[in-house]
Amino acid sequence: MGEGLPPLAQTAYWSIPGTWVFLAAHITGLLCFAFIAYKRLTPLLGAAADIRFDRPLERIGRLAKYWLAQWKHPRYLGTGVLHIFLFAGFLILITRAFVMFFLGFAGPVHVNGMLANAYIYLTNYAATIVVGCVAIFIFRRLVMLPARYAVPPDRGKPDTAMAVFLISQIGTLMVADSCFEAAHLAAPLAPFSLPWMIQNALRGSSQATLVGVYQWTYLLYVVTFYVLLNFRPFGMEFHVITSVFSVYFGRLDKGTVKPVRYGVDEAQLEQLSSLGVKKITDFTWKHILDFYSCADCGRCSDNCPAVAAGRALSPRFITTKGRDYVFHSHPVIGAQNNGHALVGHVYSEDEIWGCTTCGACEEECPLLIEYIDKIVDLRRGLVDDGAVPQTLQKPLKALESRGNPYGKMEKKRADWTKAADFQSSCRVPTLTGAEPAETLYFVDSITSYDDRMQGVARSTARLLVRVNANFGILGAAEKDSGHEVRRFGEEYLYMALRDHNTEAIRRTGVRRIVTSDPHAYNALKNDYTGLPPVEHISETLAAQVRKGAVRFKPVEDREAVYVYHDPCYLGRHNGLYDAPRMVLDAIPGLKRVEMQRSRDRSFCCGGGGLMLFCEHKEEERVGVLRARMAAECGANTIVTACPYCMVNLEDAIKVAGLEGKMSVIDLAELADRQIARGSEGAENLEYSGGGVWKS
Amino acid sequence: MEILVCVKRVPDLSENELELNGSDIERDGLVYSVNEPDNYAVEEALRMVQDSGGHVTVATVGGSDDEEVLRREMAMGANTGVLLSDDAFEGSDGRGVATILKAYVQKNNFDLILTGVEADDGAAQVGGMLAAMLDYPFASLVTSIEQNGGKTIKISREIEGGAKELNEIDLPCVLSIQTGINEPRYVGMRGLKQVASREIPEYDAAALGVAGVGAAGAKVTRLDYFLPPAGAGAEMLGGDRDENIARVIELLKAKGGVS
Repeated sequence: MGEGLPPLAQTAYWSIPGTWVFLAAHITGLLCFAFIAYKRLTPLLGAAADIRFDRPLERIGRLAKYWLAQWKHPRYLGTGVLHIFLFAGFLILITRAFVMFFLGFAGPVHVNGMLANAYIYLTNYAATIVVGCVAIFIFRRLVMLPARYAVPPDRGKPDTAMAVFLISQIGTLMVADSCFEAAHLAAPLAPFSLPWMIQNALRGSSQATLVGVYQWTYLLYVVTFYVLLNFRPFGMEFHVITSVFSVYFGRLDKGTVKPVRYGVDEAQLEQLSSLGVKKITDFTWKHILDFYSCADCGRCSDNCPAVAAGRALSPRFITTKGRDYVFHSHPVIGAQNNGHALVGHVYSEDEIWGCTTCGACEEECPLLIEYIDKIVDLRRGLVDDGAVPQTLQKPLKALESRGNPYGKMEKKRADWTKAADFQSSCRVPTLTGAEPAETLYFVDSITSYDDRMQGVARSTARLLVRVNANFGILGAAEKDSGHEVRRFGEEYLYMALRDHNTEAIRRTGVRRIVTSDPHAYNALKNDYTGLPPVEHISETLAAQVRKGAVRFKPVEDREAVYVYHDPCYLGRHNGLYDAPRMVLDAIPGLKRVEMQRSRDRSFCCGGGGLMLFCEHKEEERVGVLRARMAAECGANTIVTACPYCMVNLEDAIKVAGLEGKMSVIDLAELADRQIARGSEGAENLEYSGGGVWKS
Repeated sequence: MEILVCVKRVPDLSENELELNGSDIERDGLVYSVNEPDNYAVEEALRMVQDSGGHVTVATVGGSDDEEVLRREMAMGANTGVLLSDDAFEGSDGRGVATILKAYVQKNNFDLILTGVEADDGAAQVGGMLAAMLDYPFASLVTSIEQNGGKTIKISREIEGGAKELNEIDLPCVLSIQTGINEPRYVGMRGLKQVASREIPEYDAAALGVAGVGAAGAKVTRLDYFLPPAGAGAEMLGGDRDENIARVIELLKAKGGVS
């Protein structure tokens, strides 16, 4: 290292020996941090239980992917890549901090050799990149002002000042370190790095100047380090410390929602005095940790359909308002005060009922912050207090008494099978267990009762006949799957529906369940337990296509341009993106395009199940936005695979004035229309995969 | 304040397809619920005691099937449910039901008695008769109640044409409550489970000391139950939905309803 510079321990600041000054800085900094960290842990310790210590190997794998490798970041390419550099720099420079602290107490240090030089080069370049990232971040926050960082006055205060202050502190840290190193004029620094540039600038300075730069930038480094450490737990920068825990303890299973209370089984629920989340510590500790970990990047809200439609809900503010309230109710200095009911004080009812549970926010969050479980828990609290919107009360009561939200008679549930032209050609037996069947078609309420959706049921039945499935339905014994009932917070009603259906399904002795409704699919697959395997009709069809067991007739309308709209509960919640596309691509001559927002970035249709009964205050319907996206990508036929998407999109087409220019068809209806029966149509064509047909 | 709310179990019109059968509807497979305006009355009573203390009792005249609505109102928050039940009550007309309720009221000390404005299957008469029998003041179609802690309350009523009037009324009194006075809270299955084993006191004719009610004492008897025949000039559309919609638009245009 440098010649002529004294070891730091022998320097003096205002005549106080360096060692003492550094020791005082370390002790003060660490004690402050320990105190603040303890205060920040308090709400977690008082929060509801959560089971997150299971499956450690899986969790470590996810930590490597989402934390260390920053997997989700490049979804926003520019800032994402910047963040990866910043993060990598941060990891390298954490080790550097320990070396720096050691130097404060060590005698003269001489390091040589390849490894030492490699380390110096690495840290030099890391510091340079971090300073560059810091400059770009500050420029973005202060000059470019991306719209997603804006905070309306009723949602709290913008984080800009805090973000810029803390980011500039990181810059200060790097510049201090660089100056400190540069003061050693003889040190071999990495060419063109920031320290190297400063080193060149310092050449020719007096010895006194060099010693001054050397010892004061060192102290600046130590002090800035602790300022940063101690300021982090007061805002979005807390994520630097907590994200590693948030990611490790992140939710492992998709599609389902958390139990009402971890560690309390269903039979004991009745003994609880209150259900769901009403006050801040009713959240689980992981959910409060989520509040701490939010970096306020705004990607959740950027992708949220409720935000796009102008509803009260914006997921970003669910988290930041939660965080602000945790800080307010559990202050670092002063007494705790957490008696407030969250809804009415921190959140509004409109926010809580505005979520479609589409999962776009969770899919996007780089830190794996959970939203759906929190919304469901808050709804459980509202249901427990009877605060359910009036428009939802009748459908809920009807679900309780009739097993469907429309209040229609149970005995009419299978009436869709009785359409004259259908009944004569397709027999759909009702399974009671008396005659064995291999497959159950679980129809669910909307497809059973809605005039339009009954067509989807008939198509599905015909397809099942075509693929020689030995199948039947439950008929009057089927009740609503309860998928939305659960997600609307009415856990008891869900449990009753689930128990009824589980028993009815088991009685039939089937070995497989097929459904055409992604919500029913998700409920039976992820919410229910102890059932035979469940598949969506698109999977059934894709398997047949793969085997070459079904063929399709070429599409007649050569003008039609199809686009597949991913239903949330098939796609994001269950990862089923390819099966429906495979079926579409197996239809000869079918021209298919993709919307910009497709697959895991699909945009919700507006929400299914009970969401259809909600009256939202919004500027525009979610479905209308989606219909326009389909038009923008040049399609004139939207294919979906969910009855609720169908309802919302068909309405949206009318509202958007796209009638006659755009239509919606269910995948099952399209497949039913195009499928070749007997020796029909496709005799000369051989499907060879990937949409390619050979004659 | 001690509040009694008189409630009735009625077929749920939103969940049934009603078919006629003799002088009644076909009751097989029907789903019942608490009469909707009665539910608003219970909610109003609960809000009143929440503000100023007291108890809410819900009572119904009927059989064991009717316990269901008492439990639903108890799950909502009513302190006590009371079933006024006797074979001799069966077939009572409105006056008979008012007589039974009056006997129950006289055995207690209620400051306020609420009923729904009318029952889905009723004649909007029990509340008024009950007040007359008790010699209490009565107000109908009440859309808000304001307590002042004294011996009167202020109520507003909806008048035809959208106007409202404000009245001061002496306690004890009988009020018939209009829907829309509040937004009744939701009763979930958990609430129902929690009150499932609560005891519901039952009073029969002897306990209440009433006679001359039931079918024998009824002075109003239903003779028939029917859908009025379609009048002249009415056209029933029998096509499918799209045809009907097209036809309606055509008719409205022809008759000057829309241009």
